[in-house]
Amino acid sequence: MSAGAAVVERPSVDLAWFRRKQLRALAVVVAAVLVFQGCSMICNFSLAYAITSIPAAFVWMFQNFIPTAESFQYFSIIIEQTVSTALDSVAATVIAAVVGIVLAVLGSSSIGVEFAPVRAVIRAVASVFRNIPMIAWALLLLLSFKQNEFTGFLALFLTTFGQLTRFFLDTFDEIPGGPIEALRATGASYWQIVFQAGIPLAVADLMSWMLYMVETNIRSATLIGLLTGTGIGFVFNLYYTSFRYDTAGLVIIVTIVFVLVIEAVSNKARRSMI
Amino acid sequence: MESVRLTEGAAATVERDVLGKIRLTSSSNRNVSVQVTLVVLVALTVVTFLRMGYGTVDLVQATRQALADFWAMMAQPALDPPYGAGHFTWETVLESAVITLAITAITTVISGIVSFFLALAASENLSSPAVSNVVKGVVAIIRSIPTILWVLVFTVAIGLGSEAAVLGISFHSIAYLTKSYSESFEEIDAGVIEALRASGASFWQVVFQAIVPATITKIISWTFIRLEINFTNAVAVGAFAGAGGIGFQLYQAGSRYYNLHEVGVIVYVCLVAAFVLEFVSVRLRRRYILND
Repeated sequence: MSAGAAVVERPSVDLAWFRRKQLRALAVVVAAVLVFQGCSMICNFSLAYAITSIPAAFVWMFQNFIPTAESFQYFSIIIEQTVSTALDSVAATVIAAVVGIVLAVLGSSSIGVEFAPVRAVIRAVASVFRNIPMIAWALLLLLSFKQNEFTGFLALFLTTFGQLTRFFLDTFDEIPGGPIEALRATGASYWQIVFQAGIPLAVADLMSWMLYMVETNIRSATLIGLLTGTGIGFVFNLYYTSFRYDTAGLVIIVTIVFVLVIEAVSNKARRSMI
Repeated sequence: MESVRLTEGAAATVERDVLGKIRLTSSSNRNVSVQVTLVVLVALTVVTFLRMGYGTVDLVQATRQALADFWAMMAQPALDPPYGAGHFTWETVLESAVITLAITAITTVISGIVSFFLALAASENLSSPAVSNVVKGVVAIIRSIPTILWVLVFTVAIGLGSEAAVLGISFHSIAYLTKSYSESFEEIDAGVIEALRASGASFWQVVFQAIVPATITKIISWTFIRLEINFTNAVAVGAFAGAGGIGFQLYQAGSRYYNLHEVGVIVYVCLVAAFVLEFVSVRLRRRYILND
């Protein structure tokens, strides 16, 4: 065979690297398949059923979710609740950012306090608050603050606070050390360093994280609203469980428009800050 | 009095305020837009508090009770009496935690695979502008619908169960990963792709010999970040999808039995699971990034 002969004439090449790479890729695929199968058995999941039911689900959605003239009589309620969800997300983010920035400055490795245990405690608090499920916050606050918008805001604030503090900590950890060292060398006090070097260096990233949190919070607020009886989650569930699918569809369309507009505005703001 | 004279170049860059003094901070567009954004966000916050419904409870009293409840949840977690009420056993709690983790893993595997192919279609450097824009548009719309609404829709469209939970979480997860993956693909040096194409490589050869090796660390990072988010989502939607799981137990303990000590145990189980996922993901990311 001519092809075989051609290979033999070439100087021998070490193919071990390629073989290892292929083996590693194969191992990853096998592992993924095994994990998937195991997990499917644990939670009774049928991939075939899931895939085959997607087309029917979409047909069902397009048949039932098209808003009718009748559903527009609820339009003002839907807009009002969507606006309140969006505003709650902004307020929770801003208040959480105020608390978060103080903790992040004190806890960061670049401009934080010298005393290491304080920094460790701040990190631990942020991590615990971030990982406590949102539903737990909502259920806890429902017992004392009852069903209203303020309860939803508080639950949202508590989760946002944990997340933003973590993002802010990462941001402050990454700021360049040069300007801080320069200020320290000129005899600047701790707070002068924070306000003249730390925050100005990080401000664009901090704002970017805040805008990201506003977007994420709209989704979280929808879920919390289901429990606290306010906002998008509440109106959607109200119409959905009373089989007024056309109105529920209108809720979804209004949500899509709102989120896309907010995303576009915040992207524009973010780009202008870089 | 002799004043300092600036060179022409320096005089042009120095900014002066209305009094003619040299400004210490620059009034560049960047600073202006930071200030404008901050003012808008703060103004919106003020509006929010003015129009918010505070209910009829006494806020001071409610705060005091919330702190007591928080203490009961975090400091006295228990399943058995005296604090707990025996609604759950450790076995059922751990079993449902495993179910939630299984849903998380399935969702992440499905969305990782689907997103990889969607991201190829969405990347401007690998696909045609028309296809890229269509995929990006559809993905943006899917992403803008909150996960919980997807889950609620699927529970009615295909029935309660783990399929509704997995599909509901997957939609948002796929949209998120497609955006992240395609942004990594688009950062690849155009020369690498061109060189392979010029040597006659097929589309899939370009993908597996140039795109995948160059972006694998980013793909892994994004996938594991999403794994953590998916766990949070799986807990959150657990109460509504009818697939069981730790989220459902949390909901039962909190809104049916009103027992915060039991909520506390479940919260700690969720915390441990979240920390383990975070630990694994940080370790894996570090290992793969060091290896390549």
